[in-house]
Amino acid sequence: MKNTINLKIDGITVTVDKGETILAAAKRLGIKIPTLCYHEDLCVAGNCRVCIVEQTGMRTLPASCATPATEGMEIFTNSLKVRNARKHIVELLLSEHNADCTKCYKNGNCELQNLASETLVNEPMFLDLVPGNKYTIDKYNPAIIKDDSRCIRCQRCVRTCEELQGVSALSVAYKGSKMKVSAFLEHSLNEVVCTNCGQCINRCPTGALVERNYVDQVWDELLNPNVHVVVQTAPAVRIALGEELGYAPGQRVTGKMVTALKRLGFNSVLDTDFTADLTIIEEGHELLNRLKRALVDKDPTVSLPMATSCSPGWIKFIEHTYPEYLNNLSTCKSPQQMFGALAKTYYAQKRGIDPKNIISVSIMPCTAKKFEANRPEMRDSGYKDVDYVLTTRELARMIKQAGLDFQHLEDSKYDSIMGEGTGAAVIFGATGGVMEAALRTAYEVVTGREVPFEKLRIMPVRGMEGVKEASVLIENTLPEWSFLNGVELKTVVAHGLTNADAVMRKVKNGEGGWHFIEIMACPGGCLGGGGQPIPTNKEIRKKRAEAIYAEDEGLPIRKSHENPEIAMIYSEFLEKPLGHKSHDLLHTTYKPRLRY
Amino acid sequence: MNIPEKQLKRVDLIFAETEVYETLEIAFKRDKQEVLNEILESGLRGRGGAGFPTGLKWKFTAEQPSEEKYVICNADEGEPGTFKDREILTRVPLKVLGGMAICGHIIGAKEGYLYLRGEYRYLVAHLDTYLNSFNDWLKKHGIDFTIYIRMGSGAYICGEESALFESMEGKRGEPRNKPPYPTVAGFRNKPTVINNVETLVYATVICKYGASLFKNLGTFDSRGSKVFSVSGDTPVAGIYELDFGMTVERFVEEFGDGDTKAVQVGGASGFCVPRKKFKETIIGFEGVPTGGSMKLFNSSRSMYNVLHNYLDFFHEESCGQCTPCRIGCQQLLHGIEAVKKGEKSTAYLITLLKLAETMKIASKCGLGQSVGNSFKSIVENFKEEMIY
Ligand SMILES: Cc1cc2nc3c(=O)[nH]c(=O)nc-3n(C[C@H](O)[C@H](O)[C@H](O)COP(=O)(O)O)c2cc1C
Ligand code: SF4
Ligand code: SF4
Ligand code: SF4
Ligand code: SF4
Ligand code: FES
Repeated sequence: MKNTINLKIDGITVTVDKGETILAAAKRLGIKIPTLCYHEDLCVAGNCRVCIVEQTGMRTLPASCATPATEGMEIFTNSLKVRNARKHIVELLLSEHNADCTKCYKNGNCELQNLASETLVNEPMFLDLVPGNKYTIDKYNPAIIKDDSRCIRCQRCVRTCEELQGVSALSVAYKGSKMKVSAFLEHSLNEVVCTNCGQCINRCPTGALVERNYVDQVWDELLNPNVHVVVQTAPAVRIALGEELGYAPGQRVTGKMVTALKRLGFNSVLDTDFTADLTIIEEGHELLNRLKRALVDKDPTVSLPMATSCSPGWIKFIEHTYPEYLNNLSTCKSPQQMFGALAKTYYAQKRGIDPKNIISVSIMPCTAKKFEANRPEMRDSGYKDVDYVLTTRELARMIKQAGLDFQHLEDSKYDSIMGEGTGAAVIFGATGGVMEAALRTAYEVVTGREVPFEKLRIMPVRGMEGVKEASVLIENTLPEWSFLNGVELKTVVAHGLTNADAVMRKVKNGEGGWHFIEIMACPGGCLGGGGQPIPTNKEIRKKRAEAIYAEDEGLPIRKSHENPEIAMIYSEFLEKPLGHKSHDLLHTTYKPRLRY
Repeated sequence: MNIPEKQLKRVDLIFAETEVYETLEIAFKRDKQEVLNEILESGLRGRGGAGFPTGLKWKFTAEQPSEEKYVICNADEGEPGTFKDREILTRVPLKVLGGMAICGHIIGAKEGYLYLRGEYRYLVAHLDTYLNSFNDWLKKHGIDFTIYIRMGSGAYICGEESALFESMEGKRGEPRNKPPYPTVAGFRNKPTVINNVETLVYATVICKYGASLFKNLGTFDSRGSKVFSVSGDTPVAGIYELDFGMTVERFVEEFGDGDTKAVQVGGASGFCVPRKKFKETIIGFEGVPTGGSMKLFNSSRSMYNVLHNYLDFFHEESCGQCTPCRIGCQQLLHGIEAVKKGEKSTAYLITLLKLAETMKIASKCGLGQSVGNSFKSIVENFKEEMIY
């Protein structure tokens, strides 16, 4: 059977693969048909109708995103009929839309706004339906604001939450003019299974779903002379921030970012990489400890496989969906929260600052971290460990507000203490990174040798495959780890909660035989986090991942246990991994939550 | 063009006693292709509104290589002013089930579903008695086909075939993108024949009496007879089976109250025919098609109110997913209100007519695509009533 198709678009013949849509075929010819509900990460909806085209012989205008090309098809993407209908559609969307762009967070990066601008709408063609509709704004969530008056009902968020995240916190409710996107029984996102992952925000074409921003609050602190503001930056921020500030995806801007933060007035610019390395030490020991209890002590109460706990979206997911597996989670806090707890204890002591005068801010690729920072458990320093969480996007906004010419900033280095990170910490930002970092350290602790992978690149856990399995055979151990001799350490890595769910279902069925599970709530890991620059797609995430691995290889130290600041904090403060202080400051508990 | 005038003629095929089991026994013994040819030959077209040739629909589905196929009887009967499927299901349920079994036999389906309008729940007990013995009979005769009932829950859009599949799959009733069509990917994404209740009864009738009886009724484009639900300003509201293809004039002569100014053919999604066009308008696929709803209006009626009523219906019953329909319906509704109140000039009607045209060509499904039918035919023919 023939696997290609010939068709004509705007008079030009094009050959495409069978099954390809008209939209994709047009793209091959360099014709960009406007779209709104279409998103390459999601299944096709075909509901906005913005992408309609004219097909010879058809009475109706097919939606190009939803219609496969067929042999001999003749398509017009910009005929009078198409132009008129498209203009109507844009006008209709605007008539239902609270389009006060100047008061909208998405002003300047909004697909609807762009389309309106391209379509040259001026005088409204139709009646303004906004006053007659009673739109709700859900602002009761610490991470996400949902404003129905800016929603175009494209259902990208619904598809994201269901397909990529397997959560289905958002669904379509009502019909006709009352049709809306809503959480269960119209509750606030705060009160439902939503994990705050923010993936819906990343794919919302308008300002209907945005992060709750804390930009003004952080400025207030920065401009308050009586407080000492420390900031930590997560690994995935440095490889994506540039996208908001004029760089192509995949550009690393670590040094400029540090300079910018100093110029914004942060008193100390520190690195979450430091606590990522610390996580590896604590979590690695926790895993070895669990393995010892299981293999040597034959302790039936030990929970294996052990799962990572650094992704707060994943934590909330498992609390709702698999509460019976909470003991399988590592008790380690996320690097953000370890950092927060240490900022107001260790850091405060060493710098001689009263912790009550320290404001701790974190820059995260993540919206779930905003929720995490507000969890009641996260006050082990005696204060709120992390006061404000900003997304990569919010930081970019502050840099613009301060008028910094980002691209021309010189590079600078993180401050100390708690500013030192290794390559192993940087790769936390990519799916598989925590696993790779953990293996680099654990293998070496146990055997005294480096992991047997060229240039420390543990390729089986890298890449964008949804679920990745890898196993490492442990041989010739150091004497104290002899119980691991001959053990094949089996691991699995999943990113995106739909994949996490698949892994957990296997665990529940007693399949897999894994010892260690890494899960990141977001597709691609933190580099695809809900707080990262918009747009997102596979290509962009791939570029960001490349940047992360390049950053790793560019660093002098690439194994967490070799971080000198880590050695220092254990000798000066924590004493030993899983010790008393660690227990108090770096580990946490989880709580079962209901599905409904 | 000179149209040969069709006289109004009552027909009695649908409700007549038919030995369904006997018909089936004969049909199952015949070659499948032969039975299919009979349906093709009869010229039967779908009675649910769109009028797709039934034989072709069955043929396309039969040709699909899938092991798993379905027959679905669309008994959602949601079109305002249609009430004939209820009557058929009440009086001759076996003929409906028979049509489903014949279809299943031809296309190679093992399961059939009757999707029943939520408001017809009271019919379930009645239908069940027939269904149980029917299923038993099939089993006894070694025919691997079972029919089940599925309930709708009141949304008009769930009568649209792909929304109906979604609803049957336990999802929100939202129409799907087409292609793929149901013949390729319908219920559970398997090849599916979905037919209106009346279509399936005619299939039974055609199997019983052969194609020619049916084919010799009606016109070239609209073969056979058709069941009409007659309502509105008429002294004789009710259900009538008539020879297909008469003019509106003949229809009004029979059913009007002497003062008919317009007939809405095909319900809210159909066309309004004004008095001046009664003579030239044929009721059928060559003129104004109808799923059966025929509503007469006399001169005491305000066509503004009629249209307002339809738009009110559509703006609530649109599934709401696509832009032209969800918002278009609201704009048309509030637009005619604004013109009536003088808040918008009469020229705004032109804007709205253009919008209705966009809805026709750019909406995702038949609902949004047909709102323009009543809108245009009422606004264009009764402009003064819209304004004053
Ligand atoms: C909004 C909408 C509602 C519909 N409702 C019905 C219905 O209630 N009953 C029906 O038989 N067909 C209905 N249809 C038509 C069906 O989609 C489908 O075409 C029909 O069931 C096919 O059967 P037929 O070929 O026997 O007519 C509806 C279509 C639309 C667009
Ligand atoms: S969502 Fe877009 S179009 Fe709407 S107000 Fe915000 S920026 Fe403007
Ligand atoms: S934040 Fe994540 S879980 Fe919550 S609604 Fe959005 S996609 Fe779903
Ligand atoms: S919230 Fe955003 S993504 Fe969701 S339907 Fe509305 S506009 Fe689309
Ligand atoms: S045309 Fe109307 S009913 Fe059909 S898909 Fe669009 S909104 Fe839904
Ligand atoms: S982009 Fe094709 S219908 Fe929305």
